[in-house]
Amino acid sequence: MKKTKTYNLIISGVGGQGQITLKKILCQAAIKQGLDFKASELHGLAQKGGSVVIHFRTGKKVYSSLIAQGKADLILGLDLLEAARAIKFSSKNTKLVVNNLFIPFFKQSHFSEGDLLKLVKDKVKKINLVPASKICKEKLGNEIYTGVFLLGYLAKIKSFPLKKTSLISGIRKVLSKKNLLINLKAFKLGASLSENGIKRVKT
Amino acid sequence: MAQSKKILPLLGNEAVVLGALESGVGFVSTYSGTPASEIGNTFYRIKDIYNVRFEFSTNEIVALEAGIGAAYSGVKTLVAFKHFGLNVSMDAFIPLSYTWPRAGMVIVFADDPNCYSSAQSEQDSRIYKDLLHLPMLEPGTPQQAKDFTKLAFEISEKFEKPVVIRMVGRVSLQTGPVIKGKIKRPKTTGKFIKSRERFNTMPPDVLEQKRKLLKLKQPIRKYLQTKNINPIIYPRGYSKKSGIITSGIGFQYTKEAQVTLNSRLPVLRIDSIYPLPVEKINQFIKDKSKVLIIEEGEGVIEKEIKVLSKEINPKLRIFGKDLIEPVGELNPDKVTLVLSKFLGKKYSIKESSLKLTRRTPRFCPGCPYWSIFGAIKQAVNPEKVVFCGNIGCYMMGYFPPFEMTDTLLCMGDSISVAHGIKKVSKQKVIAFIGDSTFLHAGIPGVINACYNKSNPLIIVFDNNVVAMTGHQPRPTVKVENILSAAGVKNIEVLDPVTENEKLKQTIKQFLNKSEISAIVCRHPCLYANSLERKVGQSPFKL
Repeated sequence: MKKTKTYNLIISGVGGQGQITLKKILCQAAIKQGLDFKASELHGLAQKGGSVVIHFRTGKKVYSSLIAQGKADLILGLDLLEAARAIKFSSKNTKLVVNNLFIPFFKQSHFSEGDLLKLVKDKVKKINLVPASKICKEKLGNEIYTGVFLLGYLAKIKSFPLKKTSLISGIRKVLSKKNLLINLKAFKLGASLSENGIKRVKT
Repeated sequence: MAQSKKILPLLGNEAVVLGALESGVGFVSTYSGTPASEIGNTFYRIKDIYNVRFEFSTNEIVALEAGIGAAYSGVKTLVAFKHFGLNVSMDAFIPLSYTWPRAGMVIVFADDPNCYSSAQSEQDSRIYKDLLHLPMLEPGTPQQAKDFTKLAFEISEKFEKPVVIRMVGRVSLQTGPVIKGKIKRPKTTGKFIKSRERFNTMPPDVLEQKRKLLKLKQPIRKYLQTKNINPIIYPRGYSKKSGIITSGIGFQYTKEAQVTLNSRLPVLRIDSIYPLPVEKINQFIKDKSKVLIIEEGEGVIEKEIKVLSKEINPKLRIFGKDLIEPVGELNPDKVTLVLSKFLGKKYSIKESSLKLTRRTPRFCPGCPYWSIFGAIKQAVNPEKVVFCGNIGCYMMGYFPPFEMTDTLLCMGDSISVAHGIKKVSKQKVIAFIGDSTFLHAGIPGVINACYNKSNPLIIVFDNNVVAMTGHQPRPTVKVENILSAAGVKNIEVLDPVTENEKLKQTIKQFLNKSEISAIVCRHPCLYANSLERKVGQSPFKL
């Protein structure tokens, strides 16, 4: 990343998936690295099972807290459908990292990775489908660590501006002592995820 | 950012709290409402750490009146609410502006452009400036939210008038770096010293008070000129003939849009909506041939500039609301598009969003309201009953799978609207109301329906907490006691989860009564303790 360029991250999911915690960790990591940052979140009605999108921007100097359409460097989808919903922020160069999970609701009971691929195949070049919730449930006993696990995965990405050490320091600041160890474990698990576990789709 | 050791990542709302603490605030009152809720929540969490007197009041006008009492008695005071709360407070607010508190008093309100958490209407409350005639500052970032709160206290102390901070959701709920300063130990005790000169609002003195208030506009404007606000930013090689005037969040998007379009227009950022920095504006527009006014909501600044330009530069072409719809919130895309039109440059937004099924909000798993709506749906034919809704989690009864809300206007309206329908029709009407909303604004409606004799069925959703805005505590008074005192004859109190069958039977029975009736459905919210658990946790620890 060039020093002057702002890095734009979208985290898209369903209310209750821990987006606010992830945002707090990212902000602390940016402070640790001496970077400017802005983040935006929605509250109120949106929290209760609705779509929740976090915009996070970091760089030398950041003004808008919202990312313009087509300007996201990375979209992290915590849910397959919500990843599709955030696609207006992507360009051909945007990385799309998606948790291979769909949370059903009244009006829709099914949405598969195939459905996502069909919808976004001509919008992005590459999609990484990560079975994060599945791994967290199997290895840590609970899906609630999915977000932090995926943060670990992002730390591996070369262009991602926040370093592993700053993110870990962010986790230590943000999460309560009670949940700290297991979240650090989730982060490390994500950071050391073998490439075999990820489905890379070139469109 | 060299001072990274002193930097906190704060929401705009949290930054307001920090600004107040650094100003030595001693008394704070609020009624929760998103997007302003975190101001009260944060004070509730840290009140004992920093020794601030804090209360969740029963509603916004009560919060303001409590604040007035404290400020009249010489204790620095902050009052906060959302835009609808500002409406509720107005009966006390306008006369307050005629009086002279004995300590700094700051009122913070948050508008909600795009109605992210305000189902009922999208209002631009800056328009109140012309009724209040009080200084009104508008921050655009968390750091400014802190700085402007401190400045507001300073202006208030100097001119002995309340000062208003105008937030919008996108600033309230935006996180950014904020430099922490020194938190003052507050003075929390005062004394009310009688003074007709300061506090009398009886005629004919009230007219004299109004004159004095209006006369302050010029000295305050002069004072603000000495402060580091309302800047004009000249980019390198800037254009001489055209420029941008903007404010608050609009400034942030303008910065991005100028980079995207490689534009070099000078920008005047208006931080004081009242009084406007007239000299700066005149200096800015004097030699220009055209200006673009980028503001969210109504054309509040635009109207003022149009008046000022008649004097200074009658040929000036002013663009604003003709290019930006006064509906919804601004964002970098909208502002870039508008700026491109103003510059005559080609720019388009690729509308690449997909048509996907909306994920509507719903009750949390395990919420007692599932049981209440389920029982109503089984007890009556929803097509044949009118449901008057109200503000709280139960407003989600509007969405699938229930779709059982026919009217929704404001806090407390359900009972009175149901009463009105009942007065003119024979239809069956159920009024929904939550425990906190009942205490906030429902009581006069019940008294009215009893006194003026109608027979709606009131269903009280009593979950013992202000759930929707973040689980704030509410007064512990029992709703049924108030209903009874107001004159409601048929009252049943039950647990909608464990006594669901009884709830269904009671609904059927009460809907046939010739007098007003009420069922209090009492079952605590599953997350009732979520704010309580955070008490003692400060977001201001470095």
